[in-house]
Amino acid sequence: MTSAGAPERSGTTRGGGTLYRGDLGMWSWVAHRITGVLTFFFLFTHVLDTALVRVSPNAYDAVIETYKNPVVNLFEVGLVGAVLYHALNGIRVMLVDFWEKGAKYQRVMLWTVLAVWVVVMIPGFYFMMERTISDLVGGH
Amino acid sequence: MTATAETTAGSRGSQPPVPDGAVTVTVKIRRFNPEFDDEPRWDSFDIPALPSDRVLNLLHYIKWYVDGTLTFRRSCAHGICGSDAMRINGVNRLACKVLLKDLLQTGDKQTTITIEPIKGLPVNKDLLVDMEPFFEAFRAVKPYLVTYGNEPTRERIQSVADRERFDDTTKCILCACCTTSCPVYWTEGSYFGPAAIVNAHRFIFDSRDEGAEERLDILNDIDGVWRCRTTFNCTDACPRGIQVTKAIQEVKRALLFKRV
Repeated sequence: MTSAGAPERSGTTRGGGTLYRGDLGMWSWVAHRITGVLTFFFLFTHVLDTALVRVSPNAYDAVIETYKNPVVNLFEVGLVGAVLYHALNGIRVMLVDFWEKGAKYQRVMLWTVLAVWVVVMIPGFYFMMERTISDLVGGH
Repeated sequence: MTATAETTAGSRGSQPPVPDGAVTVTVKIRRFNPEFDDEPRWDSFDIPALPSDRVLNLLHYIKWYVDGTLTFRRSCAHGICGSDAMRINGVNRLACKVLLKDLLQTGDKQTTITIEPIKGLPVNKDLLVDMEPFFEAFRAVKPYLVTYGNEPTRERIQSVADRERFDDTTKCILCACCTTSCPVYWTEGSYFGPAAIVNAHRFIFDSRDEGAEERLDILNDIDGVWRCRTTFNCTDACPRGIQVTKAIQEVKRALLFKRV
């Protein structure tokens, strides 16, 4: 058996396996990234549809008309949720960076972020979906 | 001695008697033998163990009495040398510091313990990883006392408060639990990683040291402290209880505000 030289390291042995059960801070970071990317996608489409008004106001109206349905309304609530989380957690991350005791209180701050998020989203969901729901249930 | 993949005997022969109060636990290990395997594979062992056992005892049992080919590092076995860092049930821990009773399922449910090599470093065999990239980053931050000018004739005096400044980061045993728990390090191996920054912190904030500027310069690099995304996995993983993320943040602030 020849064992000259180090065994070859295959690239597949790096990583893999089960999911790392990281700290709460890791999941807040994952959520921060996801909400950030989602918000970027919204801004991207928003720039495109708003730019349509330069092409023709009628085309703009036609596109905006397609947004007036329950599914897009749900997306809007999702967008508010994503932006709200991203903003609140962004403040938390900045405090971790610049406040001496930020690292110590990172978990407390994360729970605060989530609590504020829920408190804002419950009435937010109600007021944003009010019309869609009453239309769906067969209001006026 | 030629051990093959089919070998089922342990390196110490037949199995010892099962002690009173032992429970059977399943140990699921992610294994890789570069001579036979193209991909890592899972191997399960049902073994008797006492609740007072440490995970390292279970690995010893497997290696000594069930499968002698199982490969892992351990040295002191008492949480001091830092050689048996591995991923136990999904998180980085020292196998010699985790007690089985803390992993046991309640009721009659069978306990399964998952053990994997630490992430982000090349696996040589089974739980044994190549630590060289880790130590390379450690050496790069000059983890030793740097002074200029003439040596003092007497010892270098330091106040209690000055010593306290870096006390937390003196506790590092270089086990790599923190660095290999970092999501940034998994994807960006060029990042210095928490352990190297902790050891830089230990000297940057030492009042006797004069190399703080050099080290801060090194860590101001694109692969330095700014890669840290404060996920706090490192703080959670450290078997010595070092506030790793806090130390990294202190280095960041020292860079921002030029205050050491």
